Amino acid sequence: MADKYANPIILKTNNITMRFGGVVAVSNLNLEIHQGEIVALIGPNGAGKTTAFNMITGVYTPTEGNIYFNPEGYRGHNMVITGKKPSEIAKLGIARTFQNIRLFKDLSVYENVMIAKHLRLESDVFSAALHLHWYNAEQRKAEKQVEKLLKEVGLWDLRDEKASSLPYGEQRRLEIVRAMATEPVLLILDEPAAGMNPKETEELTQFIRQIRDKYNLTVFLIEHHMDLVMSIAEKIYVLDFGEEIARGTPQEIQNNKRVIEAYLGVEENA
Amino acid sequence: MKKQNYLFTAIAVTVLFFAACYAQYGLDAYLRRVANLCMIYAIIGLSLQIVNGFCGQFSLGQAGFMAIGAYTVGIFTVPVELRANVFYAVPMNPLIADIQMPVWLALIVGGLLAAFVAFLIGFPVLRLHGDYLAIATLGFSEIIRIVITNAQSFTNGALGIKDIPPLNDARYIFVVCALTYIFVTALINSSYGRAFKAIREDEIAAEAMGIDLFRHKCMAFMFSAFFAGVGGGLYGALLGTVDPKNFLFTLTYNFVLIIVLGGMGSITGSMLGAILVTGGLEFLRVFDEPLEFFGMAIPFFRPGFRMVIFSVLLMVCVLFWRKGIMGTEEFTWDKFKKFVKNPVGYWKGEAHHG
Repeated sequence: MADKYANPIILKTNNITMRFGGVVAVSNLNLEIHQGEIVALIGPNGAGKTTAFNMITGVYTPTEGNIYFNPEGYRGHNMVITGKKPSEIAKLGIARTFQNIRLFKDLSVYENVMIAKHLRLESDVFSAALHLHWYNAEQRKAEKQVEKLLKEVGLWDLRDEKASSLPYGEQRRLEIVRAMATEPVLLILDEPAAGMNPKETEELTQFIRQIRDKYNLTVFLIEHHMDLVMSIAEKIYVLDFGEEIARGTPQEIQNNKRVIEAYLGVEENA
Repeated sequence: MKKQNYLFTAIAVTVLFFAACYAQYGLDAYLRRVANLCMIYAIIGLSLQIVNGFCGQFSLGQAGFMAIGAYTVGIFTVPVELRANVFYAVPMNPLIADIQMPVWLALIVGGLLAAFVAFLIGFPVLRLHGDYLAIATLGFSEIIRIVITNAQSFTNGALGIKDIPPLNDARYIFVVCALTYIFVTALINSSYGRAFKAIREDEIAAEAMGIDLFRHKCMAFMFSAFFAGVGGGLYGALLGTVDPKNFLFTLTYNFVLIIVLGGMGSITGSMLGAILVTGGLEFLRVFDEPLEFFGMAIPFFRPGFRMVIFSVLLMVCVLFWRKGIMGTEEFTWDKFKKFVKNPVGYWKGEAHHG
């Protein structure tokens, strides 16, 4: 997969730092994500992985540093997205899932995915409320897209179920599908395999790879399941105490001394 | 299947319209007033439903927005020649002294004015969450009332406005109520309605899905204020007189009651709630009068006792239907047909959702 490095960089962070009072959650993080890659961010608990995600998706504004997003590859120019609202960032093409599933629990599977289409709606609220024909046309188009998407990922038969009534693994998958429905360029997954058994994890690995190829996505994920990370990621960043301690291919990371130390502890010298 | 449902709806609307006509000509003044009040409360219940039930923002400002609508109707529909009589303490401000409007126009203007005030209030208030939002909207509703009390040359202050041409026409109120119902239903079933529900379910996820929280909350708040203004205007016109004391924040609780009882997030539920609350409050008046049974006075029957009964009934309702009578479900013809075909099975099937 070395050829992926030739692809344009779509997301780049420039020394982003996040401080909460005296605590430095993330310090001087530099990420470069190329189009079409699957990149993983790993590290022990409390290393600042979710904080890094929250900065990219606009939940936090970095204390220092900038984030650049370039959704169109070579043709576009770098946009500074630091400090933009999460909703604006979603519109630009970065979609995310959450560490603890955040579905719209009382709504149906279909509604959950339709909500994700709302950000592409151009009609104003009055033409929507009066169901004027241009709104109806837009809506029909969105309905078709959602139908297609749900059929492709095999959730169509479950469309009328309440989101909260789905089995755990399906809920995780629905959250990814919902994020995909916003038509993102970059998909950010926060521990997608948390709480899954090995079989489910294996299915999820397949699923992520499948959607990446099919929808031409770039995937950036946090994960603790090392089997998943090592089999799926093309590039890995390792964080420890808010700082990057290593980056490279799965092979390189597995043999990196500092990574092993961070995970297993330093051997005490006698 | 769908066509049949439209037919049913058309029949239901026609029947209800004839019921309104009957209320106009067949019922005595008291019952007609109860029916009218039911419909007005339904409008305001629906307005509160938009922001509380669907958008999940607990607002308690309805009384203030109603006051704006009621005063707009009051100020602009009193005939010009009667105004000197009404504004006897302080003459009416010359800016508005000669403007007179028909009721329908005053209702719309009142609604728009309420929506505009909601827009202004929304900037500071809609950044708050939960209880804080409730307290802030409550406070603003009182501020509106106090401003009205003190803007004497516009509103006649604490003296209130009398001689509003009474609008005691059940058909008129029915049409406004039906239009409100249709608009709110259509709004909730649109993409924006889904976005409101997403905000109710999970704000963080909604924002991550590209829904601009502030913009959508503001929209819901303004629509809510608009219909509260219209409902308030009808309320003022029904009473024939408006007074700042009519719009104390306790008035809002009636509507909170309506939507909690009917089901937060259910349009048909709030219609049901409006009928139960208004009807209940009126028809329990029997308990307010002393009653003798075979020469023995039954204890407790005295003015105020109906509120005790009402509260007990409410508690029973809330205990047995924790999410209100309808929950977030809606009445649909398909469910109705299922129910008619197999009432017992339907009830059992439904029990799983509860």
